[in-house]
Amino acid sequence: MFSYEFMRNAFAAGTIIAIICGIMGVFVIARNMSFLTHTLSEIGFSGAAFGIFAGWTPLSGMLLFTVVSSVIVGQLSVRAERREAATSAISALFIGLGILFLSLANKNASYATNILFGSVIGISASDVTQMLVLSILVLLVVLVIYRFLKFDSFDHTGAQVKGLWTNALSITFLVLLALSVSVAAQIVGSLLIFILLTLPAATAKYFVHTVGGMMGLAIVLALVGVWSGLALSYVTNYPVSFFIAAIEAAFYFIALIWQHFQTAAK
Amino acid sequence: MTTTQAILELNHLGMTFPGHPVFNDLNLTVRPGEFWSIVGENGVGKTTLMRTILHQLRPTTGRVVYDPSLRIGYVPQFRNIDADYPLTIRDFVGLNLTGWKLPWLSRAERQRVAKILAETGLEKIATRPIGQASGGEKQKAYLAQALVEAPSLLILDESTASLDPVTKTELLDLVQWLNQQQGLTVLFVTHDIPLARKYSQHFLMLTPQGTEQGPIAALTDEKVWRGERV
Repeated sequence: MFSYEFMRNAFAAGTIIAIICGIMGVFVIARNMSFLTHTLSEIGFSGAAFGIFAGWTPLSGMLLFTVVSSVIVGQLSVRAERREAATSAISALFIGLGILFLSLANKNASYATNILFGSVIGISASDVTQMLVLSILVLLVVLVIYRFLKFDSFDHTGAQVKGLWTNALSITFLVLLALSVSVAAQIVGSLLIFILLTLPAATAKYFVHTVGGMMGLAIVLALVGVWSGLALSYVTNYPVSFFIAAIEAAFYFIALIWQHFQTAAK
Repeated sequence: MTTTQAILELNHLGMTFPGHPVFNDLNLTVRPGEFWSIVGENGVGKTTLMRTILHQLRPTTGRVVYDPSLRIGYVPQFRNIDADYPLTIRDFVGLNLTGWKLPWLSRAERQRVAKILAETGLEKIATRPIGQASGGEKQKAYLAQALVEAPSLLILDESTASLDPVTKTELLDLVQWLNQQQGLTVLFVTHDIPLARKYSQHFLMLTPQGTEQGPIAALTDEKVWRGERV
């Protein structure tokens, strides 16, 4: 299967996505942002539709929409209790806009399916380069603010008490998340993005108890899911997103069962 | 008699929330190595005062004076740690070692964490997820996290309120040891008068009518009774 260029590109892209989602996912889980991640992926769909409508690449539209909206969401929902409602409202608005832009762009339903559920065949070598550059950018910023981000994500009270710049950190993180969503949407599609950004990290936290350990395990779980998803999709001709979703969900349920027996054994 | 320079000074400090004065013309001088209890009924403004000291709230009048390089460790009353919380006690304590540094802790930082874990008696359970620790162990871990940065001033904000009597004593014995052995200055915010009497040298009492302070022996039952009546 590696004799085809599109499969090589898909594996390269998948590997980049797995790494970035493993790392960012640990922060998403620690900050309780699974729902917001889901919303950002819907906004990504809308942005991609807008990109097509405006004659840009879907990725450019996606980047624009997710980054701008992540800043808005960050401003609207600095208070946690307002976050859910604010996020729902924004999510509804953007799905609507996405459908509007698709219809304005005169594209058919299969185009929408591609954006929503990703496509393996569509990934070119230049897409891979673009994803690599964006991912390196995200990882570099995470590296620079790592200790602050870690403190704020895993102990918000402690970080506040220390007088860390928690609001600025929160918005910086949302922008990084928006970039990651846009990157990952290329392969798994915008609707399934939150799978890779949440499930591997959510699974990892049941097995390892250090931040570095969780990142490592989340990357491994994401890689296993993406690689086997691509291979199974190649063999069976069924959608890659289905396999990735099924594998990651299976890992998560195994973790829950394992946790259940651990607690029961005590 | 020599007077040591103050580590913290409050000059004519006043705080008014819209339509509701919290405290007024509060003066306080805290010297290195002192152990103060900040007492008063719930809701009287103890936490507001602490947040003003930490520069998280701007006072309506007066000033909070301390050297900008003063390291303050603050152990707040509430923390969001549920049973699912993944980090080990050791990692939780290390979170406070921030800065523009590499992601992983340096050898010196790891040694610092190990030393604090040993001092706070958390060594044996250092690898246990803090979500699964008992209330007292969690509180010790919060204390350890505040101590890992080697503060000169430690503020305990009702940190013992939710603990059983034995654990309370254990935690405060530890703080007293740090106070006596390492000269750590302590502000202990509490509404538990017997505990304040047992551990501190000085008290500051906040009441709706005003503030009072002095050596702990002067915190008589009569004063407490008057302070608690509105």
